[in-house]
Amino acid sequence: MNKRVNKIKHYINSLFLFELIKGLYLTGRHLFKRKLTVQYPEEKTPQSNRFRGLHALRRYPNGEERCIACKLCEAVCPATAITIESEQREDGSRRTTRYDIDLTKCIFCGFCEESCPVDSIVETRIFEYHGEERGDLLLTKSQLLEIGDKFEEQIAVDRQEDAKFR
Amino acid sequence: MLETIYHIISQYILLPLTIAIFPLDYQTEVMLFLQTMIKILAIIIPVLITVAYFTYAERKVIGFIQGRIGPNRVGLFGFRLWGLGQPIADAVKLIAKEIIIPINANRSLFIIAPILSLAPALAAWAVIPFDDTKVLADINAGLLYVLALTSLAVYGVIIAGWASNSKYAFLGAMRSAAQIVAYEIAMGFALVGVLIAAGSLNLGEIVNAQSGSAIHWFWLPLLPLFVIYFISGVAETNRAPFDVAEGESEIVAGFHVEYSGMAFSVFFMAEYANMILIAVLSALLFFGGWLSPFQGIIFLEEFFSWVPGMFWLLAKTSIFMFLFLWFRATFPRYRYDQIMRLGWKVFIPITIVWIVIVSILVIINLPPWFN
Repeated sequence: MNKRVNKIKHYINSLFLFELIKGLYLTGRHLFKRKLTVQYPEEKTPQSNRFRGLHALRRYPNGEERCIACKLCEAVCPATAITIESEQREDGSRRTTRYDIDLTKCIFCGFCEESCPVDSIVETRIFEYHGEERGDLLLTKSQLLEIGDKFEEQIAVDRQEDAKFR
Repeated sequence: MLETIYHIISQYILLPLTIAIFPLDYQTEVMLFLQTMIKILAIIIPVLITVAYFTYAERKVIGFIQGRIGPNRVGLFGFRLWGLGQPIADAVKLIAKEIIIPINANRSLFIIAPILSLAPALAAWAVIPFDDTKVLADINAGLLYVLALTSLAVYGVIIAGWASNSKYAFLGAMRSAAQIVAYEIAMGFALVGVLIAAGSLNLGEIVNAQSGSAIHWFWLPLLPLFVIYFISGVAETNRAPFDVAEGESEIVAGFHVEYSGMAFSVFFMAEYANMILIAVLSALLFFGGWLSPFQGIIFLEEFFSWVPGMFWLLAKTSIFMFLFLWFRATFPRYRYDQIMRLGWKVFIPITIVWIVIVSILVIINLPPWFN
């Protein structure tokens, strides 16, 4: 009996389009709701200090580059985007002669930064960059150091903030 | 105002031109031809502009319903204007694009198909009365003509699907054909109800038969027929939730997968022109066309008497056009067997029953509609 009542109810509901009208009412209300779009170039969403964008190589305050060519980042990189060659310098310390990151391969996982024992390779907040030719997205050591020099202030602040969670 | 513009054009531009160029024997015929052309342009151009901005409205409305703001970048004359330049940019892009004809396609049919779907959508406007007097062709079988032309549009879809020589396109065409057959009948019966109620096939007379007040309009005695007519109209124009002929998520884009550039946009224009046509027809047949909604209300009728009838028609039409967009933003696509069930097992029986009821109401001269 109850089953039959439900069936009749269902018939009436679908015949008089009650459910469809309910749906229309819902979407109709959304028509007047606040819009969530972020007008990108003018407005930007807030970024985390852990944001993983363009890479950079850092230096110590005295100007010496941090990277000691341990090649941990090269080893951990899941996309094999990092290529490192190293040599012993005249003063006896090990330094890289070549440090390339292929951004077309990189998946921005941040493992390189995690693995780095001297906080040399980092990922910055920069995400608005482009290359006009294929080679433009292959970053060399000098380019990476340049990015590091340019944004050192922001990078340092971000690492400082994150330090207490590590 | 429109009459004055038309008068000025025909008296001061067309008449001297005809007298100057053509010999005396043909002048009346040439003049009549030119005047008709002016009238046709006066209908077609606004329709096409409306089609362009209807696409813009669609993106805006659906965006708003989904919590976005829709296109707002392309402006006009250096001002942003909420993206009002978007349709123009779209049109320029589509015109500039290449029309690719697949190597195994049937060339002539492939090109004819979009034309065949747009032409009826525009031709049907000939009998639409915009006002008491403003109608291009005041023929006595207007409703029949409209019904004939709206059903013709499906040939464009079927031929496109066939000519493309593609599986997806063919599937789309088959679905569309079966769907149109089912809904054409329900739509035809709904219109039969209207013509029983009005006692005429002339669209102007149908509107005049509804005069009195907003309650005298046919939507009240013919409410089920109106609902069925509008839903069938949505199905007829292959719009969501009946857009199985396109079915982006199932068969890519259905009948127009292989079309690009202007050929594609002609299909697009046909779809939107058809939607506007269905909206206008709903306003004319069930909501009193150009009649003021305040007719018969003592104070308001005089207060709004200066508003031209065309405004009321366009206002009613816009409401139905908005409904098309609202439906698209709300309902998920029907499954194919559900569409068939709805068409054959629900709509057609209801319309037949209601035609009988309307006939009885007309015979007993039920006030206030049929006395």
